[in-house]
Amino acid sequence: MSDKRTQSLFLERKGYRQRRLRDVARMLPVLGGILWTIPLMWRQQGEEAVSNATALQYIFCVWVLVIGLTAVVARLTDTESDLIEKEGGP
Amino acid sequence: MLSFNLLIVVSLTYVVLLFLVAFLAERRAARGEDGWLRSPLIYTLSLSIYCTAWTFYGAVGYAARSGLEFVTIYLGPTLVMVGWWWVLRRLVRIGKSQRITSIADLISSRFGKSTQLGMIVTIMAVIATTPYIALQLQSVTLSFSVFANTEGEAWNFADLNATAIWVAFGLAVFTIVFGTRNLDANERHHGIVMAVAVEAVVKLVALLAVGIFVVWGLAGGPNAMFEQIEASDLAVWSQDGGRWATLIFLSAAAFLCLPRMFQVLVVENADERHLQVASWAFPLYLMAMSLFVLPIAVVGLNLLPESANPDLFVLTLPLSQGQNGLAIFSFLGGFSSATSMVIVSTIALATMVSNHIVVPIWLSSGGNEGAMQSGDVRRVIVISRRLSIAGILALGYLYYRLSGGGTALAAIGLVSFSGAVQVLPVLLGGIFWRGATRVGAALGLVTGLIVWGWTLFLPSLGEGAVLSSAVLQNGPWEIEWLRPQALFGIDGMDPLIHGIVWSMFLNSLMFFVGSVLSFPLPLERLQGAQFVDVFVHSTTSRAWARGTADAEDMLIMSQRILGSTQAQNVFQAAAREQGKDGYLPDVTPDFVERLERELSGSVGAATAHAMIGQLTQGANVSVEDLIAVADEAAQILEYSNQLEAKSAEQDRTARALRDANSKLTEISEQKDAFLSQISHELRTPMTSIRSFSEILRESEIHPNDRSKYAGIIHSEAVRLTRLLDDLLDLSVLENGQVELHQSSGQLSDLISRAIDASGVPQSALNIARVEADSDVTLSTDLDRLAQVFINLITNAAKYCDADEPKLKIVSRRIRGGHVVDFIDNGSGVPRAKQAMIFEKFARVSDQSTAGGAGLGLAICREIMSRLGGGITYLPGQGGAAFRVTLPAPQAIAAQ
Repeated sequence: MSDKRTQSLFLERKGYRQRRLRDVARMLPVLGGILWTIPLMWRQQGEEAVSNATALQYIFCVWVLVIGLTAVVARLTDTESDLIEKEGGP
Repeated sequence: MLSFNLLIVVSLTYVVLLFLVAFLAERRAARGEDGWLRSPLIYTLSLSIYCTAWTFYGAVGYAARSGLEFVTIYLGPTLVMVGWWWVLRRLVRIGKSQRITSIADLISSRFGKSTQLGMIVTIMAVIATTPYIALQLQSVTLSFSVFANTEGEAWNFADLNATAIWVAFGLAVFTIVFGTRNLDANERHHGIVMAVAVEAVVKLVALLAVGIFVVWGLAGGPNAMFEQIEASDLAVWSQDGGRWATLIFLSAAAFLCLPRMFQVLVVENADERHLQVASWAFPLYLMAMSLFVLPIAVVGLNLLPESANPDLFVLTLPLSQGQNGLAIFSFLGGFSSATSMVIVSTIALATMVSNHIVVPIWLSSGGNEGAMQSGDVRRVIVISRRLSIAGILALGYLYYRLSGGGTALAAIGLVSFSGAVQVLPVLLGGIFWRGATRVGAALGLVTGLIVWGWTLFLPSLGEGAVLSSAVLQNGPWEIEWLRPQALFGIDGMDPLIHGIVWSMFLNSLMFFVGSVLSFPLPLERLQGAQFVDVFVHSTTSRAWARGTADAEDMLIMSQRILGSTQAQNVFQAAAREQGKDGYLPDVTPDFVERLERELSGSVGAATAHAMIGQLTQGANVSVEDLIAVADEAAQILEYSNQLEAKSAEQDRTARALRDANSKLTEISEQKDAFLSQISHELRTPMTSIRSFSEILRESEIHPNDRSKYAGIIHSEAVRLTRLLDDLLDLSVLENGQVELHQSSGQLSDLISRAIDASGVPQSALNIARVEADSDVTLSTDLDRLAQVFINLITNAAKYCDADEPKLKIVSRRIRGGHVVDFIDNGSGVPRAKQAMIFEKFARVSDQSTAGGAGLGLAICREIMSRLGGGITYLPGQGGAAFRVTLPAPQAIAAQ
């Protein structure tokens, strides 16, 4: 009896984790989009204007970050089980 | 200095290498060794056709003109790939479950398999891609001219044109050779995918090499590089927010909507899981491609004279430093970028043109009513695809001539992008919103096309080419609010943003309003539900409720489109699933549905639907009934679906039982018939033997008569013996007591031997042999196999009722095994008898004129099953046709 309960709890938790991972996967492009529009708010004129070299480094750092996160999430998500999706909801 | 001829030699060698790679990949795939072609790595590399010559040359030019803005073109696709869970996964799943062949097919299929929508999307795609192909021709031509100039001969306009023509011609040949082999767009173009993957590596490495040379060789390391950037004209970060955001949106949308990207992303995708890897690997590729763009631009601006074209810095920088090897490598990189894009684009467009324009027109112009031949539709499609490839390249060349080849690469690329994204509202609406309708989609698409053409495409051809400068300044007929670059009087906007904002806004608006106000057809609603809820029910609800068509008619039609081998495979598999032998499954709605999808993989959804509709004639009216039921009581439908799933299994069993039962009944009837037959057959010779032997015993007979009577007795005895031999042979075979004498020999020799041994004169039966593949060495009981062949040949001689009997013997390879088909031109075996002919004592005709006892085919079947092969009747060949499947393991071992 208790065995059964633990098992079902474990499965639930696994399914729950998978769903949250999908949420992360869905949020990644939003994160990237926001990070890449931040430079638009930087000072663009006058003495204190941000240099292109800095902007270049910033944009590529964000790029590396987004690629890294996507690789991690992609590795962890399980595309096989559509079941989890069908049930819907958290 | 670098010799121009050397450059020609290098690029020709490179082209030959590509041909070789493509050829080898095709050959390995044909042998079934295509596992490594289906890896995520190859998939990711094939996505790199997003990076065209525009990336390779144009990005540096773009950076030299507008600083970091170039990077937006790569940020958009990065966001789409990273967000694959939103759109791409859905698209790929729909593409697989509906067997989508192109973006036009997706739209047409979603909106009720509409022919008109397919045509609209195809025309839009062709118009939008034309500038892009022109861009590739222009960049290759320019890069050639750079080398010619360094050799001291300045090129004039005619030289450039000649180069462009040659490049276009070479690309057309490559694409036609490797792009139109497989008709089924769902079958991957292995050769091309491999060539594109190789080119992806070449262009990446070439650009990185130039970048490394520039940063470490010329600038003196990363820090020095950053200092140089800060000291240059491009020092300050200054971006217009609207342009930055619009361009990220534009490139993201174009990544989904460009026909060639759809081709590699969705159509050529072998496995959904590849997206998982590509989701980070492809952004990595994009990042690597754009890493050195700004440094190259800055160093180029510093070192090269002001007159130098920044679009060609990637070439001219190494050349100016005397790095000829690097320059040639960089040239190959640019060449690769241009060619791979053109090849995939033209394939995608040619598929769309043939499936959505040529075939519908051909069908409606009565092409379908002429002589029905195996593979004739296929031929029309292949020819139209080849012509389309040539035509699309010719259009690209025309645009190149019209635009004068002077515009900056990035400007052309952006015009093309903004044309392609006009499909976006309909695409997204189609896969996320069930309320989207055909009317709305058509309105939106046409509006988008018109606004884009007016505000972006026509002005891009240059002032005075189509639109005069007066029209650009004051609007057509002096109507101010229609000015191409200031619609509704809003001027002062960047022309690109202006065009994109207006076209996307009006496009989406018309799509939405049209959808809301119109009412969808039943088929549209079905398809809509399947597209939007693709993850909930990947299986389909049925569109064909009653099967009124004959399976044999359907087989004949499928053979016209798929070719005979593939069509037979499909039918055989379906029959086997229903628990039946042979090639003719029952025409169930499931089967028709599946066949339609199979056909749509070759000719597109709309055409496949129309062709099946011609055969089933109105059977799909019941879609309306189904919708009515669904509207009234969705629960009832749900419940009946469950019942249906349960009863499907029972159906299958019942069908098998019914077949077995009818077979048993017939066998028992035939057995009775045979018993009387056999007693008759035995008694007739016995009677004559007895009476003549009595005559011989009784009286004195003339010696001539005596020998005559003895002769009769002898021949009757021989007949008896033969009959008994056959019976004995069969019973030995059936009991498994037969001894096989293994020997080996060539298949073609065996067939020749059988033809000779059958003793059928050429005048009685005209035998034609077709050997499609190289000869096979067989290792089996050759005498027994020859017996089967002889029996089939003599049968044809006996039973073929044509005026000039002909027999075609075809040996070929099918799915790893070898088969030999015996096809005559008689009236064939009637459908009702096909199941029985291999049974003992069975005869097609009742009369015993042919002289056999109906044991020949039964013996053949027993022999073949003892040898480990098989023999079946092959319907739909225009005559009686038998297929002998050779024993498999020996045939393969002999390879």
